[in-house]
Amino acid sequence: MIRFITRRGLLALFILFLAVSLLFAMIHMMPGDPANVLLGPKASPELKAELKQRMGLDQPLLVQLGRFYNDLAHGDLGIDVFSDRQVSEIVFEQLPYTLALVLAAIGGATLLGIPLGCFSALRRNSLLDRLTAIMSVAFIAIPSFVVALYLLLWLAVKWRWFPAMGAGESGNIADQAHHLVLPAVALGLGWVGYIARLVRASMLEVMEENHIRTARAFGLPERTIIVHYALRIAVLPTVTILGLGIGTMLSGALFAEIVFSRPGIGKLLHEAVLSRNYPVVMGSVLVTTTFFVLSTLVSDIINATLDPRLRERGKSS
Amino acid sequence: MTNRAGFVRETFTALRKDSLGMTGLVIVVTILLLTLFASILSPYDPLEVDVYNRLVGPSWQHWLGTDQLGRDVLSRVLYGGRVALKVSLVAISVSMAAGLLLGMMAGFGPKWLDRVLVICFDTLRSFPTIMFALSIVALTGPSLNTVIGIIIITSIPVYGRIVRTQTQAMRDNDFILAERAMGASTAHILRHHVLPNIAAPLLILASMDVPAVVGMEAGLSFLGLGVSAPTPSWGSILNDGYSYLRNSPWPIIAGGIPLILVTLGFTFFGESLRDILDPKLRGKGGKF
Repeated sequence: MIRFITRRGLLALFILFLAVSLLFAMIHMMPGDPANVLLGPKASPELKAELKQRMGLDQPLLVQLGRFYNDLAHGDLGIDVFSDRQVSEIVFEQLPYTLALVLAAIGGATLLGIPLGCFSALRRNSLLDRLTAIMSVAFIAIPSFVVALYLLLWLAVKWRWFPAMGAGESGNIADQAHHLVLPAVALGLGWVGYIARLVRASMLEVMEENHIRTARAFGLPERTIIVHYALRIAVLPTVTILGLGIGTMLSGALFAEIVFSRPGIGKLLHEAVLSRNYPVVMGSVLVTTTFFVLSTLVSDIINATLDPRLRERGKSS
Repeated sequence: MTNRAGFVRETFTALRKDSLGMTGLVIVVTILLLTLFASILSPYDPLEVDVYNRLVGPSWQHWLGTDQLGRDVLSRVLYGGRVALKVSLVAISVSMAAGLLLGMMAGFGPKWLDRVLVICFDTLRSFPTIMFALSIVALTGPSLNTVIGIIIITSIPVYGRIVRTQTQAMRDNDFILAERAMGASTAHILRHHVLPNIAAPLLILASMDVPAVVGMEAGLSFLGLGVSAPTPSWGSILNDGYSYLRNSPWPIIAGGIPLILVTLGFTFFGESLRDILDPKLRGKGGKF
């Protein structure tokens, strides 16, 4: 097991290293001078040269990459040339907002998805089961930003049940939670369907197993059998994908953040892209990609712990 | 050829029994037709500005109202489908072809090549797609070709991985070994044995991929990073509508509905196709 974790961890690190280097190289090899883009075409050559020197752009690419990793090892993501602040400071300032949104979305999706999947497995082929099946697929398919826009249109602008923008007054938890509802629903709705489908499939499998039959033979109440013996096992696959969900949602949060004008990494990246603020683009992509790779790693490890066959497969591939 | 015709007929007969899959197919075909005949069906030129009729609601003149420049929303929605269609057609066929080639090379080629390709696939997949897309657009500036390129790059690993797994599973089969022993070339084996066997999973994957691709294009255009103005795309209609949300909800409603329909249509159709074509489900007497 330790060998598997080490191998998988090293691979994840290597992939992260390749991905970050690729991004770095792309940013720095693109035609067009970043200094030109940042300062505009009318800037004097001296000013451009000074900015280039400040950003380290006058060095060869490999030296720049080496310096970048050296800084990264010291927790330094560079300096935002517009505001003259540390990129790491800017990114980590926004991260809690995105994390709160992601956790609310995944929490809500789990709380709704598990009972929905469980009920449709127990009432197989009933109207509820069919409706859940159709809705699950629908929830997964519809782009989250369309859901976000419709929620904004009806629940915030038209009926004014929820606030339309921002993250709420700092320190006021009720207000912040109120601001969190719509973005979290937009982000988590797809996952409700996904979790319901997963739970339904594994619940159907578990209900056929011997220990359930034994529990029935012992005359245990159906409720106890379902909650204590079946559901406990049936939710395992869901637990393993939650890690992956958090990673995916961190980037998916972007649309919810933009539609509801909420602070967060996604909104930061979008603004950085529009103003071509490369250090901030690099910093926010780096942080989300790291989260994404780590969450895939964690969910792989949890999966392998629960299912030893995967470890064996990992060895041969 | 008769075999292939029989296969199509058999698939369609099975599909007709599945109401959800059939609904999906009807939605998909209807939207395809509306999009293809947009130039005949559109009541107005989608780019025609009419400042006296800005942001008006639905009426007999403008069935879905007008946007902030007085352009007819219905005409823009109909023409907007062309962008979605173009992006999904080009992006999916190119990434499927490239994924097929690379996946077969990984699955059938030497071990080192397999390792290199798998690491490349995993590296590309390690970027969250939307973040990757945004950082590329930051460098190249918004354009439809960039969107297509991004979707191709991020989709190749998905197709490549599936083809690799299927090819590897086929490679060790006895009949392939027998073919080899009889002197069949790798190209012959790949063309006559591996390709027909991976065609069905690829087809399913492609039809399930359409909603993601359409959503991606619309998402990037919504962020102002896809098609450039004034070209209509469902995403750019939503983007325009978002800025004037408090004045008129119609562009948002009208731009979102085709997106929802297309994604639902293709998903229902794809799911049904999977149930029909997946031999594992069929063998177990799944849905049919």
